[in-house]
Amino acid sequence: MNTKTPSSMRLVLTLAIAGLVSGVAIIGIYESTLPTITANKARELREAVFKVLPGVSQMQQLVYRDGELVASEDTVKDEPVVYGGYDEQGDFLGYAIPGAGPGFQDTIGLLFGFTPERRLVLGMEVLESRETPGLGDKIYKDADFVQAFNELSIDPEIVAVKKGTTNQPNEIDAITGATISSKAVVRIINEAHSDWLQRLPAPGSEPQLRRDAGDET
Amino acid sequence: MKKNDSYEAFIKGIWRDNPVFVQVLGMCPMLAVTNSAINAIAMGGATFFVLVGSSFLVSSFRNLIPKQVRISCFIIIIATFVTVADYTLLALVPKVHKELGAFIPLIVANCMILGRQEAFSSRYPVRLAVMDAMGMAGGFLLALFSLGAIREILGDGALFGIKLFGENFEPWIIMILPPGGFLTLGVILLFFNWFKFKKDEFLAEVAEAERSGS
Repeated sequence: MNTKTPSSMRLVLTLAIAGLVSGVAIIGIYESTLPTITANKARELREAVFKVLPGVSQMQQLVYRDGELVASEDTVKDEPVVYGGYDEQGDFLGYAIPGAGPGFQDTIGLLFGFTPERRLVLGMEVLESRETPGLGDKIYKDADFVQAFNELSIDPEIVAVKKGTTNQPNEIDAITGATISSKAVVRIINEAHSDWLQRLPAPGSEPQLRRDAGDET
Repeated sequence: MKKNDSYEAFIKGIWRDNPVFVQVLGMCPMLAVTNSAINAIAMGGATFFVLVGSSFLVSSFRNLIPKQVRISCFIIIIATFVTVADYTLLALVPKVHKELGAFIPLIVANCMILGRQEAFSSRYPVRLAVMDAMGMAGGFLLALFSLGAIREILGDGALFGIKLFGENFEPWIIMILPPGGFLTLGVILLFFNWFKFKKDEFLAEVAEAERSGS
């Protein structure tokens, strides 16, 4: 430490140099980790899509643009996005629709598989949530609850009922001790479904799988 | 003698001046992210990296940094290391990064780190500063791990995600909820204070015995 008071210039310069070096270091680490981070995110999404749409082996991103659903790799901000799932021959199997909404503690983000032809939910995967450990987190840890979204009718909408009282194809057992979280999941799916109902093309006229992009399985 | 200095600088952070159990610093990450052993280790590891890196730099440049702007310079150095740790964890272990969430950027606000720069690194040579940082960060890591392990074993019946007990184990869910952090920390602090009390008592007895014996 210097004993005599340094000039203001020296103080300013010290901070400027420190800031500059720090900035360069941060840009360096950002640039060098960005490819891995993007790849991780893409892989995570891919795995989730394959999980909620059983039998799917190829996928592509579909964007709702100017009143119709088109296959597109990039999106303009806030454009609604779903993922189309196709089998090995490139035949359309179903959509993976993302949804988000308030849970018990924080936003729950999820993805569910949907076949417009049979109007069934094919699977559900929670992507992000901060529900209470041991109670609310059963929405993704309780295999019975997650299993119940396989082949679940969405007409007129999914209803969460008390455990053991399901008798309709559109009803699902709420988790004991996590009723709010279970109902939140159901509500998010219902809302995302009604949002997309008008946007999705009639069954049979879904966008074709583009051969050139997005199918490096 | 010189060797002794480094050893002393290192070991005091691990036990005698343990940043968590004795100095009671860094409580925010301590209570927030110790709900499982792996989270605790990731947090401890990130803090270790930040503290050792910043101490090395602060000590190397201690004669170049004017004392009027030293705190700002320390913060710039610490923040840079935190950003590096943040992106590295995000790229390498995205799952753990998701669990830790906002607490990685918040390492910057961990008073233990700035405290070590001001109290130690800016006054001592590089070798001692790094040893001190490793001791303190090691002590912090150990403390986080013991809390994380205890809470995961009791609250989830598992360690590192591996189930330890049979199907019949009823997890104490409260242990992985926020109150569990306070309960566990309280019990450990109780033990540390009891230990210190006993040690002082013992030393007093020895002194007494020596005086009456001579």
